[in-house]
Amino acid sequence: MRITVTVNGQPYTRDVEPRLLLVHFLRDELDLTGTHWGCDTSNCGVCTVQLDGVPVKSCTVLAVMADGHEVTTVEGLERDGELDAVQKGFVECHGLQCGFCTPGMLLTARWLLDRNPDPDEGQIREAISGQLCRCTGYENIVRSIRWAAEAGR
Amino acid sequence: MSYGPMHRKEDARFIRGRGNYTDDVRLPGMLYGAILRSPHAHARIVSVDTSAAEAHPKVRAVITGQTLAGLNLAWMPTLSQDTQAVLATDKVRFQGQEVAFVVAEDAYSARDALELIDVEYEPLDAVIDARNALDPGAPVIRDDLEGRTGNHIFDWEAGDRARTDALFEQAEVTVAQDMIYPRVHPAPLETCGALADFDKVTGKLTVWCPTQAPHAHRTLYAMVAGLPEHKIRVISPDIGGGFGGKVGIYPGYVCAIVGSIVTGKPVKWMEDRSENLMSTAFARDYHMRGEVAATRDGRIQAIRVKVLADHGAFNGTAQPTKFPAGFFHVFSGSYDIEAAHCEVTGVYTNKAPGGVAYACSFRVTEAVYLVERMVDVLAAELGLDPAELRMRNLLKPEQFPYTSPTGWEYDSGDYPKALRLAMDMAGYDKLRAEQADKRARGELMGIGVSFFTEAVGAGPRKHMDILGLGMADGAELRVHPTGKAVLRVSCQSQGQGHETTFAQIVGQELGIPADDVEVVHGDTDQTPFGLGTYGSRSTPVSGAAAALVSRKVRDRAKIVAAAMLEASPDDLEWADGKWSVVGDPSAGRSMAEIALAAHSNLELPDGVEGHLDAVTVYNPPNLTYPFGAYICVVDVDPGTGQVKVRRFVAVDDCGVRINPMIVEGQIHGGLADGVGMALMQVMAFDEDGNHLGASFMDYLLPTAMECPSWELGATVTPSPTHPIGAKGVGESATVGSPAAVVNAVVDALGPYGVRHADMPLTPANVWRVVNGDPFRTDLAIP
Repeated sequence: MRITVTVNGQPYTRDVEPRLLLVHFLRDELDLTGTHWGCDTSNCGVCTVQLDGVPVKSCTVLAVMADGHEVTTVEGLERDGELDAVQKGFVECHGLQCGFCTPGMLLTARWLLDRNPDPDEGQIREAISGQLCRCTGYENIVRSIRWAAEAGR
Repeated sequence: MSYGPMHRKEDARFIRGRGNYTDDVRLPGMLYGAILRSPHAHARIVSVDTSAAEAHPKVRAVITGQTLAGLNLAWMPTLSQDTQAVLATDKVRFQGQEVAFVVAEDAYSARDALELIDVEYEPLDAVIDARNALDPGAPVIRDDLEGRTGNHIFDWEAGDRARTDALFEQAEVTVAQDMIYPRVHPAPLETCGALADFDKVTGKLTVWCPTQAPHAHRTLYAMVAGLPEHKIRVISPDIGGGFGGKVGIYPGYVCAIVGSIVTGKPVKWMEDRSENLMSTAFARDYHMRGEVAATRDGRIQAIRVKVLADHGAFNGTAQPTKFPAGFFHVFSGSYDIEAAHCEVTGVYTNKAPGGVAYACSFRVTEAVYLVERMVDVLAAELGLDPAELRMRNLLKPEQFPYTSPTGWEYDSGDYPKALRLAMDMAGYDKLRAEQADKRARGELMGIGVSFFTEAVGAGPRKHMDILGLGMADGAELRVHPTGKAVLRVSCQSQGQGHETTFAQIVGQELGIPADDVEVVHGDTDQTPFGLGTYGSRSTPVSGAAAALVSRKVRDRAKIVAAAMLEASPDDLEWADGKWSVVGDPSAGRSMAEIALAAHSNLELPDGVEGHLDAVTVYNPPNLTYPFGAYICVVDVDPGTGQVKVRRFVAVDDCGVRINPMIVEGQIHGGLADGVGMALMQVMAFDEDGNHLGASFMDYLLPTAMECPSWELGATVTPSPTHPIGAKGVGESATVGSPAAVVNAVVDALGPYGVRHADMPLTPANVWRVVNGDPFRTDLAIP
């Protein structure tokens, strides 16, 4: 099937198998390997991207479902050489270790702050509760998102 | 000073999605592999028909056990002197075992072709519960091994049996408790995989693979496949978490290599999550019976343990050769105990191989869990507060270095100080008062204490090797003419931040900014030999090598500086990052100045080569012994069995902290693991050996909702044997925290007369315990 997906502001047209998952479309067709693949069952969230501004697990979205829609991946967070506040927050607060969950966490964090610029700890934990991190015990991810919230005020 | 919190150098790429994990590596003409796996736990293979798969238009090769047998590669050695099937030839021995390998033009077609392979199996009775493995009529799993008539692997013991038994006979009080440390899985978010590229012209094999031990892999490939070792390059790029699950060589890696040799193209194989959970290294699975002998006033005299260790279908544990039960015999823990003895029996079952993984410090996890549960069982028996009982028995600072009853030499520690700090931070007495109030109202609140002594940094080469390879690590340090340095180390980060921490070590030793030090790791063509990153050994071993190689450079720099200053080297001192003549620090020479001079036409004394580069190998004189005191507070809903971890206080002493920010991050992660293991995680099987935890829908991992905000404290007792006094910290929290959580839950359930319950303390299990019907965690359905 021929689809056109706008990714990080740029439209891409490709012929794809109907069964192709969005995560594989991004990684293998567009070479955007910042989006990872971890479980196939929507549990781990390392494949999280924004679809029309809303976080989705791209391992359970077909590429054809993104036809005509806008996708934001981690590669799209930095604008004109300026890191997003959430990216800065993760560096400042040691919000990542192995880095595998980080892209998905960043996109959910950005979505959260867009809706709620001043989330408390509980709201942050709830927002990232659909994503796993095996390294940080979440403590510094929560702090990183708080840092970004405060930096954005 | 280069030590202290410093933002990580690694982060710049990770926050931009520019990490380079194995699955991100692409080569021109690359093909894709997929593995067909056994649906049975135990079955004879009658026939394998690959003709339909081979006819698939996008399939380039189908490899079976028979194909590999023709290459003498159907079996490979494990890290414990056993063998493991790469692709099954005679029987399958666990559900998920590798049976055939398909190479196709794309990953989806490779998966499609798996469906076209027709395998006829003759199912056999399976051994699932380790407690039945040694029954006289039990099916023999390893009939491939010459003369094998049962499922027994080894018996091993440590300590003084006679002295221990004598103390038990005379003891005023003895307690005993059976417990299971269930089978769990490290479940790093990046699964395992490999990209193999064999160049027929040059004969060079390059393997990209998320391995924690790239040099060990290279040597093993050479030994197994007969490839010359200098023609093998293992590249371990960024790793998406390892936790001990990425130490050994998996059949898929060998298949990818064979696939590349057969097709002449690069072949990438990445397992999916189910494959990862079903077939890669599990952890624990220890059935333990602990006994403690004590005086009535709470003085612990002796401890003895019997263990039945479930090793799965192939004995593939990764640990030093001498120690088939790893470092389990450190089970006398943090206490001043007269005598101790343990017996461990290892058995085969029809489950995946593994055993030593998941931040376990070679089974210190099991040892600490055992002793810390036993201390609580004793406290309940004596009616003593568990913190007070620990305080009475902890080793005292003046007892170090301390030789334990099973032969370990603990390097340094102030244990009472750490426990007191944890109790102060937690407000222990107030918590007990609160608990009493709540109990009076029928509410269930628990306070759990654990104290751990870790044994990390394997290890002294004389005692510790893996497959004959001594556990010493190399390091190379180059200092460029402008004073910038490149450190090459053998260990490999899976998120620990080596590129930052090791740069800080070199920076500290050379008096240059850590930003001026590049750390190269994970590529066997670019780094010196060493055994890798696991068992919390990076800082204790490679970190020590980094410090010592820096000191070698500094010594070389001293000679150059002396020539620059027209002084004798004997008259120089190292101060403030400069070599200067004693008493004249203002004329000192910095490393950058010396480096330039070392590459210049400066006349050096005869026999001095110039340049500053150096090489070293660090063979640790002893392990290092981090320790800590943990306190967990839980609330339990008696109606639902739901456990809420309300607070967790962790005081860790890992010696000198190079980068406290990274140290705390390591502890946070380990604490979450402990909560996960205590409350959620278990690899369960049904009676036929069907895996009941083969996805993240069934194998539950803690999210941000299950984790409290961790409260950390620190004491610092430097290691006297490590060049910078550091001890390693990567696994401390995973080792110490499960017992604290379980002790807290059992404490909460005290009103029901509960003295023990096995992990994981899921709502269902807690509810059953409350109702007097605990279930066996190794089998899902009683």
